Amino acid sequence: MTQLHREVDVVLVGFGWTAAILAHELTQDGLEVVALERGGWRDTPTDFPTTHAPDELRYYWRHEMFQETAQETQTFRNRRGQTALPIRRWGSYLPGVGVGGGGVHWNGQTFRFLPSDFLARSHNEDRYGPLPDDMTVQDYPVTYDELEPYFDQFEKLCGISGQAGNLRGDIRAGGNPFEGWRSDEYPNPPMEMTFSQHRFAQGAHDMGLHPYPGPSANMSRGYTNPLGVRLAPCTYCGFCEKFGCGNYSKASPQTTILPIVMQRPNFRLRTYCDVLHVNKDRDNTRATGVTYVDAHGDLHEQPAQIVILCGYQLSNTRLMMLSGIGEIYNPATGEGQVGRNYTYQVMSGVDVFYDDAYTNEYIGAGALGMVVDDYNGDNFDHSGLGFIGGAYIACWTTNARPIENQPVPEGVPEWGAEWKSALRKNFLRHTSLSVHGASMAHRENYLDLDPVYKDRYGRPLMRMTYDFTVNDRRLSEHITPIAADIARGMGGREIKVNSLDSSYDIWPYQTTHNTGGTIMGASPDDSVVNRYLQSWDLHNLFVMGAGAFPQNAGYNPTGTVAALTYFSARAIRDQYLRDPGPLVQA
Amino acid sequence: MIGARAIVALGLAGIMQTAAAQDLSWSEMERGRYLAIASNCVSCHTDLDHDGTPWAGGREMETPFGVIVTPNITSDDATGIGRWTRDDFWRALHEGRRRDGSYMYPAFPYTHFTRMPRQDVDAIYEYLRTIPPVEADHVPEEELLLPLQVRTAISAWNALHFDQGVFVPDLDKSDEWNRGAYLVTGPGHCGACHTDRNILGGEQEDEFLRGATLENWHAPNIRGGEHGGIAHWSHDDIVAYLGSGRNEHTAPMTRMGEVVEFSTQHLTEGDLSAIATYLKSLEDTPRDASDPPQEAVFQAGQATYFDNCAACHHADGSGEAYMFARLAGSNKVQSDDPTTLIRIILEGAQAIPTNDHPGPLAMPAFDWKLDDDQIADLITYMRNAWGNNGPAVSASDVADLRETLAED
Repeated sequence: MTQLHREVDVVLVGFGWTAAILAHELTQDGLEVVALERGGWRDTPTDFPTTHAPDELRYYWRHEMFQETAQETQTFRNRRGQTALPIRRWGSYLPGVGVGGGGVHWNGQTFRFLPSDFLARSHNEDRYGPLPDDMTVQDYPVTYDELEPYFDQFEKLCGISGQAGNLRGDIRAGGNPFEGWRSDEYPNPPMEMTFSQHRFAQGAHDMGLHPYPGPSANMSRGYTNPLGVRLAPCTYCGFCEKFGCGNYSKASPQTTILPIVMQRPNFRLRTYCDVLHVNKDRDNTRATGVTYVDAHGDLHEQPAQIVILCGYQLSNTRLMMLSGIGEIYNPATGEGQVGRNYTYQVMSGVDVFYDDAYTNEYIGAGALGMVVDDYNGDNFDHSGLGFIGGAYIACWTTNARPIENQPVPEGVPEWGAEWKSALRKNFLRHTSLSVHGASMAHRENYLDLDPVYKDRYGRPLMRMTYDFTVNDRRLSEHITPIAADIARGMGGREIKVNSLDSSYDIWPYQTTHNTGGTIMGASPDDSVVNRYLQSWDLHNLFVMGAGAFPQNAGYNPTGTVAALTYFSARAIRDQYLRDPGPLVQA
Repeated sequence: MIGARAIVALGLAGIMQTAAAQDLSWSEMERGRYLAIASNCVSCHTDLDHDGTPWAGGREMETPFGVIVTPNITSDDATGIGRWTRDDFWRALHEGRRRDGSYMYPAFPYTHFTRMPRQDVDAIYEYLRTIPPVEADHVPEEELLLPLQVRTAISAWNALHFDQGVFVPDLDKSDEWNRGAYLVTGPGHCGACHTDRNILGGEQEDEFLRGATLENWHAPNIRGGEHGGIAHWSHDDIVAYLGSGRNEHTAPMTRMGEVVEFSTQHLTEGDLSAIATYLKSLEDTPRDASDPPQEAVFQAGQATYFDNCAACHHADGSGEAYMFARLAGSNKVQSDDPTTLIRIILEGAQAIPTNDHPGPLAMPAFDWKLDDDQIADLITYMRNAWGNNGPAVSASDVADLRETLAED
């Protein structure tokens, strides 16, 4: 029997970054907000004290922070015609679970997309002519200028360390000259750079490029955010991604918002509550609430005036499919929007090995790095190159955790005495550059429901059909050699180029930047949600997260995800609450 | 209690002024609420360990006189103080006597509350009358040491240790100093924890606020004048610590965390400043220098410190303002009695979220990670690094406390 709860104003599905932001924003207006999180409670003192937070076996190898595939997984194939198989152990990406979600175990690289990234179709077609038919790239229905205040708000919430390159149009030395205008400085100065970043900056500078400090959610100094929550300076311990920070030094929902939100009398959080579907009214115009299973296996129905999906992109997309909201995308016909324009990130890299210098990369932090944007977005002329978009090239010193990292030069065997000897020699004398490329939408890359595999409730798993595209390969082939040139200028003994030269492989870790599937657009004919992340189908349903990206830019997504969340929250507070209904007329 | 600071600012005048004032009922009740906060009644009269009803008592207090269960002070007739008159209440706070005239155990800090004038005690009474009655009878399982097993013996104890009488201002000192002295020695009853007691459990006058050990916690020396335990704290540091729960040096945890949570963070800025003024006036005698530790011990402790502590407390012991305690110059680190230092390393501790600092903050436990030798060497190192000076701690000191805590 289903337990029926009293109706609340807002139910949030999932409780990571976007839900924490919304909980804070919406409870300010006195709304009664309930969040349902499928994982457990987590806080810094209890769950990641410094005494056992840096446990590589538990957190890296055994996936303590990640969604258990027994609870939810998906199937994967590279292309239509293949039979997709279920993922039984995450590899290429690591969806989070639990309070704080991925915001607990991210690195903290906090970028803003470029103004032209929001105009991926119109800007590129204006400059280079029509895009190929199979590239389903489209403009965001919101501009950089509209989002600027919200980028700023998130950076201040988190205490981002960085250096402005474009302050209200004034180009500043040492910052990123290509970035969109900023209304204010970063709230904190850049982090202390290590040997590797200095070498990278020198190498890039010698090539005429414009290195700048990576914008970092690891604190460069003690910081009290606008909500009054204090963060401590980063200790450069090198345990960010895949780990909770024991030193209160990495911005996460726990270290920035939750101490405030959890005290609000009109907010409640229920953990270990797994939402099965969004409920709809009879005439399919409104969501009426959600149905979920609690830790005892009991079914509950939580009615709500507003339903907001705040899970990971993969979970949100599947929940839309399982709830029968909108039409699932069919690549054969091009019809349907849910699951369309799944995109990812096009990654490659270059290792640098030194003979006479120690890089000591164990002194690291998730977002400790120098970056160049000269080849990102449309910061360079793409004429005749046959692709659009770009990549940042960065030298991040995130960690030298020994279970995860065994850097050895080209030609060294993968095991045995020779491998051991090479690892011993190179472990402290190595650094790497990453090429972090945009992923442009393609009609054959998509998400739908798997016809064979089911979850523990008997519901179909979501199926991912994805491979790198011609655009991806050309992008990577063009920019990876530039990264190699920078690497050669860093004064090492040798380099090793790790190119993108095969089909997408679901196993080796690349990045947890899965995007699209519930994309935003100008009309119901090209998208799932409008510019305010409001469902075209059910006006009181909103869908947060990177699923809204029509295609992915050459940056980490969190800054843009958060800005879109604040933008949506503002629209809900100022417009929707006053006059509930579609905020954009279809 | 939220907003107490703002509200009471209107109704509260200093003790010197109020002595002459005749409050109307609301003002008296409001002033009583503030004084009840300043006296932190609720903290002991609530079974905090078991989510007990506020004011209904039931908390087991380990005192120098044995374990005492605090009584219900809600206005319940049968089990609370519903039938108490103003005179009954005055006699309890001023004379340390029950309603039937028998002596109370001095675990109830009447030796401090006796400094409160009748108007203030009446005001607290008026406020306590507003607390809804809760039926909660606690039969105390008293395991008191002799001679206090016999209540009449308390009269003898009182003759030795109880200086009955309301606070008398020192006219040579400022009003602010006198207000601070009143709050510290009267309602605030700071000495109950921070003043060492003699073998009979009486606070020793010459040990006033020089630190004491109770319930396996060492409450540090809080004299703020020259050579005092917090001589290195500024006036504003004291105000920030009591008022916001953080300052540049440290954050209150455990027992003091309760005091800040329930009491001092709700006091007016003026009263906190008065307390600071008074504490800063209390000088102390210079401490005897202790012998430097053995070099091998120092080095072993230093290595443990760098591996386990330096990330937060910094290599030079400077800590992180408003977050991680500064160990260089700390009175807790250098105090002769290392109980708190050992215990915090063994058990860890959580700072309380306050109105001004809502974020959680904790010291992790190391009992599972460091053995007795490592902890002893670590403490000896911290007590002698960065200009600190304090006697060495032995592995058996650590082992003893570890065992005691395990038995609790």
